[in-house]
Amino acid sequence: MNKKNKKDRDLVVLATSGSVDDGKSTLIGRLLYDCNELYDDQLAKLEKDENGKVKGEYLAHITDGLSDEREQGITIDVAYRHFSRPERKYIIADVPGHEQYTRNMVTGVSKASIAMILIDARKGLQTQTKRHLFIAGLLETPHIVIVINKMDLVDYSEERYREIKKDVTAFLSKMSVRDLQFIPVSAFKGDMVVNRGENMPWYQGPTILSYLDNIEVSTDNNLIDFRLPIQMTIKIAQDKRGSLGQIRGGVINVGDDVVILPAKTKTKVKEIYVSGEKREQAFNGQSVLLSFENEVDVSRGDVIARANNLPIISNELEASVSWFDDEEDLNIDKTYLLKHGTKTTRAKITDIKYKIDIETLHSEKTKKLSLNEIGRVALRTNDTLGFDVYAKNKNMGSFIIIDELSNKTVGAGMIISRGLFQKDKKVEIDSYKNKGALLWFTGLSGSGKSTIADRLHERLSEIGLQTERLDGDVVREGLSSDLGFSKEDRDKNLDRISFISSLLEKHGVLVSATFVSPYEKKRKEIRKKHKNFIEIFVDTSLGECEKRDVKGLYKKARAGEIENFTGISDKYEKPKNPEIHIKTEKASIDECVEQIVSYLEANNIISK
Amino acid sequence: MNKNNNFSLTHLERLESEAIFIIREAVAEFGKPVMLYSIGKDSSVLLHLAKKAFAPGRIPFPVLHVDTGFKFSEMIDFREKMREKFDLDMIVEKNMSKEAQSFGPEDAHSEEYIFHKKTTPLLKALEENEFDAAFGGARRDEEKSRAKERIFSHRNVDGVWDPKNQRPELWNVYNSRIKKGESMRVFPISNWTEFDIWEYIKRENIEIVPLYFAQKTKLLDRNGVLVRVDEYNVPKEGEKIIEEMARFRTLGCSPSTGAVLSEATTLDEIIEELRQSTISERGTRAIDNNKDSSMEDKKREGYF
Repeated sequence: MNKKNKKDRDLVVLATSGSVDDGKSTLIGRLLYDCNELYDDQLAKLEKDENGKVKGEYLAHITDGLSDEREQGITIDVAYRHFSRPERKYIIADVPGHEQYTRNMVTGVSKASIAMILIDARKGLQTQTKRHLFIAGLLETPHIVIVINKMDLVDYSEERYREIKKDVTAFLSKMSVRDLQFIPVSAFKGDMVVNRGENMPWYQGPTILSYLDNIEVSTDNNLIDFRLPIQMTIKIAQDKRGSLGQIRGGVINVGDDVVILPAKTKTKVKEIYVSGEKREQAFNGQSVLLSFENEVDVSRGDVIARANNLPIISNELEASVSWFDDEEDLNIDKTYLLKHGTKTTRAKITDIKYKIDIETLHSEKTKKLSLNEIGRVALRTNDTLGFDVYAKNKNMGSFIIIDELSNKTVGAGMIISRGLFQKDKKVEIDSYKNKGALLWFTGLSGSGKSTIADRLHERLSEIGLQTERLDGDVVREGLSSDLGFSKEDRDKNLDRISFISSLLEKHGVLVSATFVSPYEKKRKEIRKKHKNFIEIFVDTSLGECEKRDVKGLYKKARAGEIENFTGISDKYEKPKNPEIHIKTEKASIDECVEQIVSYLEANNIISK
Repeated sequence: MNKNNNFSLTHLERLESEAIFIIREAVAEFGKPVMLYSIGKDSSVLLHLAKKAFAPGRIPFPVLHVDTGFKFSEMIDFREKMREKFDLDMIVEKNMSKEAQSFGPEDAHSEEYIFHKKTTPLLKALEENEFDAAFGGARRDEEKSRAKERIFSHRNVDGVWDPKNQRPELWNVYNSRIKKGESMRVFPISNWTEFDIWEYIKRENIEIVPLYFAQKTKLLDRNGVLVRVDEYNVPKEGEKIIEEMARFRTLGCSPSTGAVLSEATTLDEIIEELRQSTISERGTRAIDNNKDSSMEDKKREGYF
């Protein structure tokens, strides 16, 4: 990698959090002090020891900003500070540790690429730590570093360090964390912050500073999916208008075909200005002005995308919601303002699916979300939105909830999926309809065909659509119990399924059939017998299927106990042009279902 | 062949893009925004960003300068030059009340002076013009209480800041809703440091008041603050005039703004000097050093 020169440094946002008295302010003070980031007039106010060094107990005063907080000895808000290294500039989002201020953790990590979570070595894994870990995971923070502080107060015990490390690792095993690091430190004495010190020779890992300086920060620099939420349209000359916004994904060129959402108006990009200068091209993160062919109507809240790569366009969605309001709970049927990107619209809470117990990470049934609670919520918005799921694009997949009376920001949401057909008294279930069709799920054993088809079936039947499931195992137990696994018997089995599903299709049923169906020729044969045949390739690598091995079949096949096992002792011919290609290793079940629903809607198989 | 390299932003580009987004957001969501213009380097950067945010269109809001009457004359000349250069719709507000006029240059350090000469006329101008949003060039690295300031900072009907009642700011979504009579202060360069400002001034070739560059200057040492000899700082009996190469690191009222001895006559030299400096930016301002939480108290009253 090229060494970047001074002008081309990264900008990295680092969120720091801990419980009350974990010594976070001292740690940040230590980091700034030992990095020589403090000025003489700032240092002059702090008491020194006999060697002229600032005393450990005064380091916290460097960062505590507000006077009444200082009196209480706690920080209240997220505080931002800077420090600068030759290769990198840091913005520290310092999150306070008070239990009732979970919202600040969500706020602090929402922009961060690194979350640094402090644990007091004497206390170990506390509820508040679990909350911080959970939130950092929920907000998909790319890097999490666990700082076990106050090691000086546990005699720099390696055993204690390992104990806490084990507890944290066990807790995090239920969540997906991309990158995790543990560092034992004493911010008070200065061990393992900037300097290694001599008290923990048993620890071989990096100090905090060397961790920060050397980590390869993964960014959300999505250059594939072009997204531009429009802030406003202005007049730039006589009869000439320009639309302003910051690109939230992808690359765009002069002359590119685009669609204005939600109206789906097609147009072409005529001119691009990046930060006021005329260019041929612009990319993710840049603030631009675009003008379009044919003077099309573009206004605040619209999203510009490419016709062949659209975000989800819907007025219903499901999201993880973190609730901030200490006065009123989030309730079903209540209406709020929702601000997503540059769009503000009214939104009604149609369902609260569950809330999450932070201690156990289990979900619990609930009718409301109170302050500090996080749950899965379904909403319906007045205006149609163009959004992505949070895991795919943070900016396009997040929103805030505003109380219309008080104007307070009362919640934050991370979109999980299109809220497909919420149960709601006011929406006529009969208003949805579907055509007869056969959804043919093909893929290796263990690829996830049944899981996805079951979830799809469940959601479609909830709103009264005519849908049926044909599952390999079920059919084998009944209809085809006389058949074996030779090529002939497999074909016969598929013929029977094809026959039944064509009857169902004729009567307007949407059939989801899940069969390994490894041969291209056979699948083509079945296709010919159906009016609406939709081939869904559930694409999971053999290695991953074998790792999952839900039914223990791969083990048996490898041991030679099963003959002609697809993937091991028989081939699987990948579909050449499936209608839907699902890559399960890169998407959640909900995202897979979403992909299918988008296709069905776009092709009028289901409609309102 | 790493294509990615061409499609990533440097830290200055990221800060610039974010600031432009914030300026546009406020203009889109508020009926009558205004930009507070202090003539200093941060204001110069802010004005430059506003220009870029709407180019090739023009800046769609007025700028407001609160004049204490004791500003360096070079600052006033520069303000007029910028007014012309950017074709600005500029409002200059001065507190002409008897009370405010009674302050002399020697009072420029005091809390009362700030309140009458800066805070009061600022709030008056905002109210009279019914501005519902005001851009400011404050940065979080300047001072401890600024570190906790939001980018969209809510003010009640009296223009007062309540540090406990600020809205959380997540991702890039800013809650800009206010009730009638309330207002918002908007700080597009919150995330910039003093270094970023200077590097950006250099990169973009932004014009700034010449006082930032070192020149031979006649100075008086008043309680450790080096004030410039001019119409507001007249040598008293027994005071010694020092003539040295000096420049100003921040600009405010002449009687309360200290110069630093410096040989830095170019941007590169200023940046290098800053790198070596051991004194914080606001260390040269007499007003912030009254007591430890002085800036916070002023902010609560409505000062920027």
